[in-house]
Formats: sequence, structure tokens, C-alpha cells
Amino acid sequence: MKWAGTEIYHFRDHHHEERVINNRILFSAIFVFICILVLLARFYSLQIVKYQDFVTQSDKNRIQVRPMPPNRGLIFDGAGELLADNRPSFTLSIVKERAGNIDTLIERLAAVIEITDKDKENFYKFLKQRRRPYEAVALRYRLTEEEMARLAVDAHEYQGVKIEAQLVRYYPQGDLFAHTIGYVGRINAREQASFSEDDYARYSGTHSIGKIGLEKFYEDALLGKVGYENIETNAHGRVLRVVDETPPEPGKNIELFLRSELQAAAAKQLEGKRGSVVAIDVATGGVLAMVSAPSYNPNLFVTGISYADYNELNRSRDLPLFNRSIQGQYPPGSTLKPMLGLGGLHHQVVTYQTRISDPGYYQLENDERLYRDWKKGGHGNRVDLHQAIVESCDTYFYDMAFRMGIDRMHEFGIHYGLGERTGLDIPSERSGLWPSRAWKRARRNLHWFPGDSLNVSIGQGDVLATPLQLAVMTATLASRGKLIQPRLAKSIGGQPTEMVVLGQQQVASEYWDYIIKSMEDVVHSRRGTAKIISRKIGYRMAGKTGTAQVVGIAQDAEYDRDKLEERQWDHALFIGFAPVENPEIAIAVIVENGEHGSSQASPVARAVADEYFKKVRK
Amino acid sequence: MSGRGQDFVRQLPDSAHHFGRSVGFLRRIHIDPFLMLVLIVLTLFGLMVLYSGSGQDEAMVRRQIVFYVVGYSVMFSAAQLDMSTLRRWAPWFYAVGVVLLVLIFVVGVGAKGAKRWISLGFFRFQPSEILKLAVPITVAAYFATRVIPPRPKNIFWCLVIIGLPSVLILKQPDLGTSILIAASGLIGLFLAGIRWRYIFGSLIAILASLWPMWHFVMKDYQKRRVLTMLDPEADKLGAGWNIIQSKTAIGSGGIYGKGWLNGTQSQLDFLPESHTDFIIAVLAEEFGLIGVMFLLTMYLLIVGRGLTIAWNAQNLFNRILAGSITLTFFVYVFVNIGMVTGLLPVVGVPLPLVSLGGTSIVTLLTGFGILMAIATEKKKVTT
Repeated sequence: MKWAGTEIYHFRDHHHEERVINNRILFSAIFVFICILVLLARFYSLQIVKYQDFVTQSDKNRIQVRPMPPNRGLIFDGAGELLADNRPSFTLSIVKERAGNIDTLIERLAAVIEITDKDKENFYKFLKQRRRPYEAVALRYRLTEEEMARLAVDAHEYQGVKIEAQLVRYYPQGDLFAHTIGYVGRINAREQASFSEDDYARYSGTHSIGKIGLEKFYEDALLGKVGYENIETNAHGRVLRVVDETPPEPGKNIELFLRSELQAAAAKQLEGKRGSVVAIDVATGGVLAMVSAPSYNPNLFVTGISYADYNELNRSRDLPLFNRSIQGQYPPGSTLKPMLGLGGLHHQVVTYQTRISDPGYYQLENDERLYRDWKKGGHGNRVDLHQAIVESCDTYFYDMAFRMGIDRMHEFGIHYGLGERTGLDIPSERSGLWPSRAWKRARRNLHWFPGDSLNVSIGQGDVLATPLQLAVMTATLASRGKLIQPRLAKSIGGQPTEMVVLGQQQVASEYWDYIIKSMEDVVHSRRGTAKIISRKIGYRMAGKTGTAQVVGIAQDAEYDRDKLEERQWDHALFIGFAPVENPEIAIAVIVENGEHGSSQASPVARAVADEYFKKVRK
Repeated sequence: MSGRGQDFVRQLPDSAHHFGRSVGFLRRIHIDPFLMLVLIVLTLFGLMVLYSGSGQDEAMVRRQIVFYVVGYSVMFSAAQLDMSTLRRWAPWFYAVGVVLLVLIFVVGVGAKGAKRWISLGFFRFQPSEILKLAVPITVAAYFATRVIPPRPKNIFWCLVIIGLPSVLILKQPDLGTSILIAASGLIGLFLAGIRWRYIFGSLIAILASLWPMWHFVMKDYQKRRVLTMLDPEADKLGAGWNIIQSKTAIGSGGIYGKGWLNGTQSQLDFLPESHTDFIIAVLAEEFGLIGVMFLLTMYLLIVGRGLTIAWNAQNLFNRILAGSITLTFFVYVFVNIGMVTGLLPVVGVPLPLVSLGGTSIVTLLTGFGILMAIATEKKKVTT
């Protein structure tokens, strides 16, 4: 390596070489300077020109807005008993952004705690829904203490897993109020799709929404207002501190007119049966009891009901999910008679003296058809309105209806809320059917036949009413024509709800006296169809029994229960109010396929009224 | 001041005048006071930034201090070197480096599929660090005995000298180091006066070859990698993450910064590699543009002093070597800052003297030791 040794070129032009290298050094110095300027320009651009963007970006990095869900308002009965509570429940959820491979993570978790296929299915379903970044998606609810302990052992291995205490709706009374209170459930895709931008904000951090019943109707009041906290997190999502917060506003508590004692008494009466009881406070329209039997446990729905449970409920022939009180539309049968009788008096179609002869059937002129009385052989030759109500004589009402005509009957019934939704404060109420000439023309394109009026007069044919409507009608009779919109909520957030009077019918008070006396005798007289409930009764009750045909019986056939399936047996109905002198509670009862209003339905009302006088009224 | 002292002072060249008697002492032990001062200021500032960038890891800072102590010791030793000796040793130095690079393929250790180290039992040693100095020294030594400006034949051999270790390091694979080592050699070639027409000619040739390279040579994954380098936003959570976070850190620092230890990007771990390659983002976030300008000024002073030393150096070897060392240093600075600010693609290059890293600090300070040796070499009588 000769070149590395001493200089071998003797004739070097040192000055030239020095100039060449110095030029290059000078050039380099200038180049370095330019490079520094380029860097400075870059920093100027990042730190001054785009400063604000990067500050925003940096804050977005570190500050996360965490919604603080409000506590849902509680629901109490009229005596302050808790009907819908919030209970802490531990939920395991996963933050997708922080977890690695979700599938393997779930598999690892499944080795430690129970995770059903349903849990997984729900999880993936909710994972696909619109979500904020870093929002946790729940995988398992209601972790047990033992499960939490097992998870805690190697908590560090589950990146992205979050265990949080959440308040979850709990219905301490179980199935007793299921149909009325309803339940909350997880917000589903359909509900989310219908959310406005505002709703997205309101429901952030909240997983459930009122699905049916009061929970749905009063969703806005119960929900409350979401709070926010700005939290600083590091790159791994660990929360370091709360920068600031806006606390949530809890939802409003709702106090109902419902009374657990009455509800329990009514439910007990309907145990093992299908039917409904609605009791209304006559003075206020407040619903004191509303039972639909059979019922179900609403707690099953709160965090997602299993397919097995749901199928069982949904496929049951007894329709436990069906709210008979507001959705069951039944022929009201003879329970319409007091109201129609009042109409007959009011329109002077009949008087106190009007008497008919009842051979056990009624026949229209030029009509072959026999309109049968329920009682073979009839009620005798001198049946007046009082007897017709007390003994429930159909023939009397056939005659009266024929003379009164559908138009006046229809108009009169409207004052009692028939054929219209009552406007109760829960969703999904049905309107029943209170037929008229115009209705038949519009719906069936048929004339109104006189025979149709006859059917209406005994609450059959095209007449349909919900138990709630019957209760409202009864309360209207009890209050002598004051039609009050029924309501469940007594107060919302401490603010009493308003009573809505829908109408006040003007009928001569002596007619009222007459009709109410007749109803009183239904219960308290020797011949009354509901006399069995007068035994040892401590108050005076007015009522009316009813039996409604489920299947049409051919003209010449007899109703023979042995030939019919149980589900084709007649429905048993009863309406009543008490005390007669100054009515406080109005009750409507229907027992499906209970056959006789007297034996099956009226004792239910008696039990409810008893409970009312014993426990509720002080 | 005594007359004798004045006489002594008068003998001192250029800037040393003002430092008086102590400077004379420093000169005798081959320390360049100006360079020394700037290096110390930079070191202290660097430690501050490292403390913050490491998440206030005192152990890490202590380790870095040890590296500095070792680095400065090596620097003092290197400053005592005799340049003509260094020039004579250069080929051996170079040869040992290359042999070690070859050895790596046989006995090397490493991680993630890259073999870069040779384990000596008590510590691991990265032969490519030797070449960071060996290449510029060898190139300078080569041209010290050749015609300036170099002829094509000399250029060819020079490229062989540069190319051999570069290719070996590229095979490790370590693209960043390979590029920097090649750059240090090419800078020597440039300083030796290679004609501009060769420079422009090769630049044009490289540009012209890009198109066929892209279409015929590069594989899809390589193209993707290049595209990500050019547009990090396209892969926000993958390769682009680092650069996006570092730009955010720098940008949100503004003029005055968020304050020492208050950088949210770095303290909250959004910024990756905040104590190594991306440490300037920590500085920019916490000290703002002011801090960046301070750092750049330090670097500019070092480069300025280095180029002055090259300008004033006694012979061809010293000039080319001092220039190469200084400019290579600047290339490190520019590549690192360029990549952290998103001007250049991300290749693993630490920020000189600030990033955590033992070997890098020792190598750099050794280079400065050589610079100081050149600066303080007594004027030789030219024959």
C-alpha cells in the first residue's frame, strides 16, 4: 500500500489543491447553511403556521371525552314502594381499539369465565353498530364475584378488557308490574338507526332504552341528561386524570297511582288464569291496579333475553307478553247494559215503567231469527229496566235497542270512552270497537241492520273493548258522567301530572240514581247476578256481570261447554265500583274463558275492592 | 500581564487569543476550547431532553452520562493522535473494519433478523461503527497522495473503498448506517475536488435509473414501503404512526413549547422512540421553536468550527478528513431532523449527541477528538 505511505508526488501544486479544497469547504458551508434554513422553514411551518392544527391534534390524542351516563329515574307506586330500581352490576366490556385480536381475546376470556354463544353473538352485533372510538362494547353482564376474582388474577393479560360497575335496571316486583312498567333493554340497531344526532349524544354511555310500557312512554323523563368528563389518557388508553367534568343529571323519578297491594291482590285472583283487571281511582282517573295475566319476568329482558327464554314466552298459547289490559279487545257482553240502560232513560226510549215480556228470546218483525236470552225460558212477563240490569235480561235490551237505534246508542257510548283509545300513558293501547252505521258502511260496505243493534245492546257482535276501556266506562258511570283520561303517573320528578277531563255528560240525576241503584242490586240483592260477592262485604258495591261469547253459536244450537274446547268457553266479565254512596274505585275484570261473570269475574273485583278498603284507603 | 505572557499569547493562532493563559494549556493538551464549550453545552441540554424523553428515567440518564464520560475520554485520547500516524494506519484500520464486517456473517448476533453485532462476552460491539471513522480517514488518506482534483481511475478506487463496507452493512441489513457511511466517503470524494461534471453526471444517471428500477426491479412490498415513506398519512396506524405523532408533537410545541417535562405527546407515550431517534420531537414539543433554534445553533456552531478547522488545516489529509468528519456529522443531524419532521423518509438515524446511544456518542466524540487533533497540530514546515 504505497499510497498510504509518504508522499510520492514531488511536484504538487499545493496552492491549487488548497484552493480546490477550500472552494469545496466554502461550498459545503453554504450548503449546510441552506440545509439549516430548510429545517428552520420546516419547523416554522409545523410550529407556527400549522400550530393550531397540531395543538388540536395533540389534545385529541390525549383528551378523551367520556360520557357519564345519568342514573335512570326510579319508578314508585302510590305508596312509595319501588317498582323499578337501578342496581350495580359488573359488566365486562372490550375496547376494540385497545385490544389486539378480538377473537383470541374472547377465547382467552372464555377459558376463565363463562361466555355463551349468545354473549358473543350480541357482542359482535353491537361491535358492528355505530360506536365512538374507544367506546367499550359489553361482552358479559352480571359477572359474579368469583368470576371477577378469576379475571383479576391475570388482569394484565387482557389488554382492552374493561370491567365496570354499571347501574342496571331491576324490577324488584318481578312479573307483577311487567305489563305496565314494561322494561328497558339494550338499544338495538333499529332504534339506533332512528336516532337523531342529538339522541346519539343523549344516549352516549347509556346502553338501555325503554322498550315498552311506562319505561318507553316516559323515556325522556326517565333518561336524564348525560354528563361528560374530559379525561387525559396516554397512548395506551390508560386514564391519567380527569381534566374537567360536567356531571350528569339523573332522570326524573316517577310516582304512579298504582298500588302494589291492589296489584298483588288482583294478580293473585288471576293466578293460573288468563285475564285482566284494571282498577281506576274515580276521582282522578289514576290507575290503581292494572294486571294482565299471565305475566313474565321483565328482568329477563334488561340485558338481553336468551332465545330459549324468549321463545318460551313468545310461543306460549297463554300469550304472557300480551298486555290484555290495553291490547286485549273483548266483547264486553252485558257489562254495557247499565250504560245503555241509562241511554235508554236519557233518550226516553224506556221509562221506569217500561216492562217487557221475556219468553227467553226476542224476534224482530219479518225476521225468522231468534235473539236468545241467556236464560232459557226467560225472565218472566214483567221485566223492567231495574230487573233487566240486576238479572241481566237480554230480551229487555234487545227490545230497547231496537227502539233506540244504533245512532243514539253509538252517540251515547262515546261519552264513556268506547271505541277510542283512552289516552293512558303507556304505548300500544288499542281502541276497541264501538260500531256505528258509518263504521259498517266504511268497513264492511253494508247497511246497518236492526239485528246489529240488538247484538250491540248485549255487548256482542261488532263491539270490542279493552279492559281499560271498561274500567274507564265504569269510572264514568261511578262519577255520573265525568269522563276522565286514565293515567298511571301521579307525579314526574315531583311534579304532579295533570288530570284531563275529556267530557261531562249531562244526564238527569234521577236516571243516575236509578241505574246505580240497579247496579248496587246486581251485587246486593237476592236476585243479583253478582250476589255471591255480597257475602260479608263491608261496603256497598255497584256492579254488572258479563259473559261474552267467544265462538258464535248456531241459531238452533245450544251452548254446551262440554262440546267446546276450554279456549272457546265464554269470557267472564265484571265491572263495578265502590262505595256506592261516594264512589272511589272503579274496577273492570275479564277472565278469559271463565264462562260466567258472576262466578269467575266478580270475586276478583271484590278481592281488589276489599284490599282497597283495607290497605289503600285509610 | 507580564511581557512573557504577552509573547506567549501572540503566538496563539486565531480565535484562541481571547482565552488567555488557560487556552494555552488547552492547546497543549490538544483541546479546541470553542468546540469543547459547544459540545458541553449540547451535552447538558441533550441530557435534559433525554430525561424528559425517557419518561424521567434516571437510570437511563445515568447510563447516558457514562457514555459521555467514556466518549469524552476517547475524544481526549483521539485528540492526542499524530495525524501522519493516523494516515499511515488508515488502511489497516479500514481493513480490520471490513474483516469484522465479514465476520459478522459468521459469528454475528442480532435481533429481528438483522445481524449487526459481534459479541465479546462482556459487551456487544458493532463493527459498522469503526467504518464510520475508517471510511472518511481512508478516503482522506487515499487522496492525500493523489492528484487533486482526482482522475477517473482514482475516483473508481475511491468508490471501491466506499462501496465495499457500504454493501456489507446493507446486507446486515442496516440501510441507515450504510447510507451514512457511503455519505461520509462521498463527502471526502467531494472535498477532494471531484469535478462537478462527474457529480451532475451521476445525479442524472441515478434519476434516470429510478423509473426502470421502480417498474422492473422493485418488488411490490418494497414499492409499498417507499410509498409509505413518501406519504405516511396513508398508513396512519402502521408505519405512518411514528411520523404523524412526531409531527404532532413538534407542531403543538409552538414557539415557546409546553415546558420541560410537560410535553403531552412525549410524556403520555404517544411519541414512539422518544428517547432515541425521535428525541428532537420531545425537544420541539417542550421547548418550542426557541429550543429548536437553540439546538440548530449549537449544531451550526459545531459545523462552523469544524469547517474552519478544515479550512485552516495543514495538509491535504487533514483538510479532507476534518471536512469529512464535520460534514458527515451534519448529514447525521440533517437526516435525523429531516426524518422526524417528515421531510425525509424514516431511516434509523439518531440525533447526534442527544439521542440515547453509547456507540454513536463514542464514535462522534472520537471524530471530534480527531478534529481537535487537527486543529491543534503544530504547523509543519513544508518541504
